[in-house]
Amino acid sequence: MTAIHNAKLPAYCRAPGDKVFKGLVIAFSSGIILLAVSMAVILWLEALPTFRKFGFLHFIQSTTWDPVRAVHGAFPFIIGTLITSFGALLLAVVPALGLAVFTVEYAPKPLALIINYTVDLLASIPSVVIGLWAVFTFAPWMREVFYLPIYDYAAANLPWLLPIIGAPSNYNLVTATVILALMIVPYTVALARDAIRLVPADQREAAWALGATRVEVIFMAVLPYARTGITAGILLSLARALGETMAVAMLIGNANRLPFTLFGPAATMPSLIINEFREAVEPLHYTSIMGIGFLLFLLTICINLLAAWIQQRLMGKQGRIQ
Amino acid sequence: MILKLRYARDSVFRIMIALMTILVVLPLFIIILYVLINGGSAIRPDFFLRDLGSPIRAMTGQPSGLIHSILGTIIIDLCALFIAVPFGLSAGILMSEYPDNPLAPPAKLLTSTLNGMPAVLMGLLAYALIVKNSGGFSAIAGSMALAFVMIPIIARAAESSLRITPWSLRENGLALGLPRWIVITQIVIPAARPGLITGILIAFARGAGEAAPLLLTSFGNNYLSFNMSKPMDTLPQRLYSLAISPYKQWHVMGWGGAILLLFFVIIVFYVGRKMTAGMEARAEQKIH
Repeated sequence: MTAIHNAKLPAYCRAPGDKVFKGLVIAFSSGIILLAVSMAVILWLEALPTFRKFGFLHFIQSTTWDPVRAVHGAFPFIIGTLITSFGALLLAVVPALGLAVFTVEYAPKPLALIINYTVDLLASIPSVVIGLWAVFTFAPWMREVFYLPIYDYAAANLPWLLPIIGAPSNYNLVTATVILALMIVPYTVALARDAIRLVPADQREAAWALGATRVEVIFMAVLPYARTGITAGILLSLARALGETMAVAMLIGNANRLPFTLFGPAATMPSLIINEFREAVEPLHYTSIMGIGFLLFLLTICINLLAAWIQQRLMGKQGRIQ
Repeated sequence: MILKLRYARDSVFRIMIALMTILVVLPLFIIILYVLINGGSAIRPDFFLRDLGSPIRAMTGQPSGLIHSILGTIIIDLCALFIAVPFGLSAGILMSEYPDNPLAPPAKLLTSTLNGMPAVLMGLLAYALIVKNSGGFSAIAGSMALAFVMIPIIARAAESSLRITPWSLRENGLALGLPRWIVITQIVIPAARPGLITGILIAFARGAGEAAPLLLTSFGNNYLSFNMSKPMDTLPQRLYSLAISPYKQWHVMGWGGAILLLFFVIIVFYVGRKMTAGMEARAEQKIH
């Protein structure tokens, strides 16, 4: 009603409305740009004393993190983050792709709907809830069923393996990686599903017409076509894995010293921030944690931009086809 | 012979991906089951009436609960939503309705980048901006950190739901001589309302489950407090503290808190799905 009412006003009365509205929209929208920029600038400024003292490159390479002696190096946490994230990706990608193919190509519609609901719901479960479950039931179970028998076997038969797997503790690198994989699977599934759905029906029909079996249709016609979208999806899942904080902080055991072992405690960049930030009284300790935050920021922004670039190229390609 | 082999490969593949699907879907049910079994005993009247207090209270069996965390979550989350909605909605409007504006492409890129940014970094930013300058951990800093998390989520949801409203609607309005801002506020936004509300709900649910930024800003509090300039408790960060605490009674309360969080998330998820499903059905009807 108001719309019609306002429309009756003469043009000179309406004119400021457009300008004011657009001005407001632009003013508030610049908030999002400001947020991104201030994030980069403020993390850098807060971390500056650490970068000044140790040197940016040396801070990245140094393996010692000892707040008591005021020596700070980010290398163990970078390694921990990379191991857990890529490990989780390795575990997550194949089942995620399998599930995406199953829901799009095989499952009848109601079943596919239920599966998609379940996976999307898994994505919205808070990280702490999964962490809580893993701390009290999953981690002890893994230790009983896998770590102890494997360790005993290795101790008896393959002594050279021991330095790699380490003494089994409740909270360790492998448990954190498995849980991380569980947490990024929904993202990989969602993005892979979208990529597979975008594959045109002609593509499949052509392969069917050549007499291909279903699995051959998928591997010859569907997956190669969806490759770019799936790659972007995997990169975005990787970015998720790098930044996943709470569940990993609860499960990884928090050891700041290299070398990390598979069944022993470790640390990642986000887990370090959560575990030490509230106890960082020394200014240098505080700025070093901010430095870790800045590195995490750099890492995720690079991967996100790469994924955005790939997606943009994908959009361009499909635009041309249409 | 070769054909048989190909058929065999086909059925092996089918079984394998069915197994993978089960492997991914199963953990969700296991988690829900465990949370319900272990947390059920914690859900008693005291749980909703008392605050936590010192560990001694739980150890000696005195009544304690999580009311301070429940109320704190609601307060901090609502404040964050209040801050985030204007920014997120405007960014969505800019990207969808003014795509020619020079600010639109960078806003789009930064929205997707910020969406992938770890929430713990939002906590660091809010700490450096607010906690450091105001002299202490506070609920306001927590709300700001959560707002930083919510803004890109709302912006993306607003953009996509405004974008799928048909262009003919806007053209109809403009052809009637309506100015652009009335077309947007009176025609486009009402048409996209279910999508917008779903986006805001998702942002709210995400904020209610976020612990990392709050641990660095609103800090946590064992007692009931309504002072926004002092530390306040929220459920997710309390779950973390309870889970890593050495007390058995607190572990049970942690499971109880997990029930509440799960319950809330599932409700929001269901409502959001219902609303967007209705909207998609209507959009399809219009096309056909």
